[in-house]
Amino acid sequence: MYRILSPKISQKIMKSIFWVSGLITIFILLIIIGYILLKGLPVINLEFIFAEPIDSGRAGGIFPMIISTAYVTLIALLVATPLGVGAAVYLAEYAGEGRLVAAIRFGAETLSSIPSIIFGLFGLAFFVIYLDMGWSVLSGGLTLALMALPTILAASEVSIESVNKSYSEGSLALGATKWQTVYQVVVPAAMPGITTGVILGMGRAIAEAAAILYTVGAALAIPISFMDPARPLPLHLYILATEGISLDNAYGTAAVLVIIILVITVVTNTLVDRYTKKMMGR
Amino acid sequence: MSRETDEFLIEKGLFLTAISSVIVIALIIIFIFWEGYPAIVNVGFFNFIFGMDWSPSNGLYGVFPMIIGSLAITGLSLLMAVPLGVFCAIFMAEIAPGKMRKILRPTLQTLSGIPSVVYGFFGLIILVPFMRVQFGGTGFSMLTASLILTVMILPIIVSVSEDAIKSVPSEYKEASLALGATHWQTIKNVIFPAAIPGVITSIILGMGRAIGETLAIIMVAGNVVQIPTSILDPVRALTSNIAIEMGYATGTHYNALFATGIVLIFMILILLVIANYFHYKKKVTVGGGYL
Repeated sequence: MYRILSPKISQKIMKSIFWVSGLITIFILLIIIGYILLKGLPVINLEFIFAEPIDSGRAGGIFPMIISTAYVTLIALLVATPLGVGAAVYLAEYAGEGRLVAAIRFGAETLSSIPSIIFGLFGLAFFVIYLDMGWSVLSGGLTLALMALPTILAASEVSIESVNKSYSEGSLALGATKWQTVYQVVVPAAMPGITTGVILGMGRAIAEAAAILYTVGAALAIPISFMDPARPLPLHLYILATEGISLDNAYGTAAVLVIIILVITVVTNTLVDRYTKKMMGR
Repeated sequence: MSRETDEFLIEKGLFLTAISSVIVIALIIIFIFWEGYPAIVNVGFFNFIFGMDWSPSNGLYGVFPMIIGSLAITGLSLLMAVPLGVFCAIFMAEIAPGKMRKILRPTLQTLSGIPSVVYGFFGLIILVPFMRVQFGGTGFSMLTASLILTVMILPIIVSVSEDAIKSVPSEYKEASLALGATHWQTIKNVIFPAAIPGVITSIILGMGRAIGETLAIIMVAGNVVQIPTSILDPVRALTSNIAIEMGYATGTHYNALFATGIVLIFMILILLVIANYFHYKKKVTVGGGYL
């Protein structure tokens, strides 16, 4: 009863099931990206990119939103990169295996699984109200920094740990101090991995909307000072779509976001490929 | 300054960056509890968690339907994402030829990078009308939200499961094949059982993503506060509740939304503890393989 099918036939059946599930995954991506680009690309032109929105986004372009996204992402990376890379260096090179290190790891892990809307609530209570930064690029950027931090930390730690130990041993043997070794030998060798981590963190910051919903405001004007409110691209798309403002401009905004994510995927993959080839070459 | 003081100061500085994530977590928990606690006191713990009605204008703050809503959407999406994800992971780790792998990996990376708002938008434009035509009603439903979530949690299930399958020592596989088992028998009886702790971790991580997802769900779930009786009913998740109402909430209502956040944090912490348990177990079993 158990063996209705011969092992060879069940092997064939299962292999085709595995193939189908792999193909379904590719198919899903193609449908989503294909549809968004098909509908969105015709909307995108120079005017759409470089014009300000007219009538809350019913017409006009998305220039202030592109600037907003760049602005909050920049602030997020300026804060999260030193913290994340510093923490990674400490964990990989200085820390032992104590309780404190376990706590730090658990902290980073917890941070990466906290829902984005909780970051949004925290940003509202802490940055916007408690520190009185108001709805601003700064509040939004700092909230996004907290979200990008664990991504940068994890990727940097892995790449620092995978640097060949003989490098740092060589440097130490030549009389360099620990920090000189880390700064001039280990970190440069780990640079491609760290860069990948920063780009991934950047992707997370660019894509996020829930965390900035109540921290960045929703202003349609171009933010000049970092205390100005702003409206990054995902937030703009959310408002356009849920308030039924303009379907065409929503498609265009979605397509711009998808293109950014595609570029990020291609860049990180090229970096990782080069890095792996370099490591294999030795 | 001497070299030693420099080195000492740098180490302390790096230490500060390292504990920043712990400080941030502590601050997040303190502030969410600080703002949420008054609501739990005002409404009463029991009334808040198990209250069936959420009607801020009448002073009713019960989140039970939304706890069920979050769990129901998550459960339904896991039912779809786990089989597809695990099969896809086995495919990538064991069966796919190099070229397929080279296509699948960036595919999954892109799927995990696409902003959740874009998924929500796609759901709103394509899936909601489709469901309306197929099943009647408005098209905004628990099923629609779960379908979108399935796609969103697929990448993490595949990548973590794939790592687990790949980390099974190759001696296991070789021994099984040498005994005359087919590749599928080897996968079913040897490789997959050894990878189960990692697969469970991947499922828990996917669950965490699903529970935490906000805007994509708001855009397709209908957001009616009710315990769903069918998968075609509209539902509201805990996360949606916060995002929808925070814009105009004041007083107890404002605090009650932070208290909703406390419930979410607890759910995530429970999942993290379970994930850590299986992670620990995985190390033990794989390590045991070498002894």
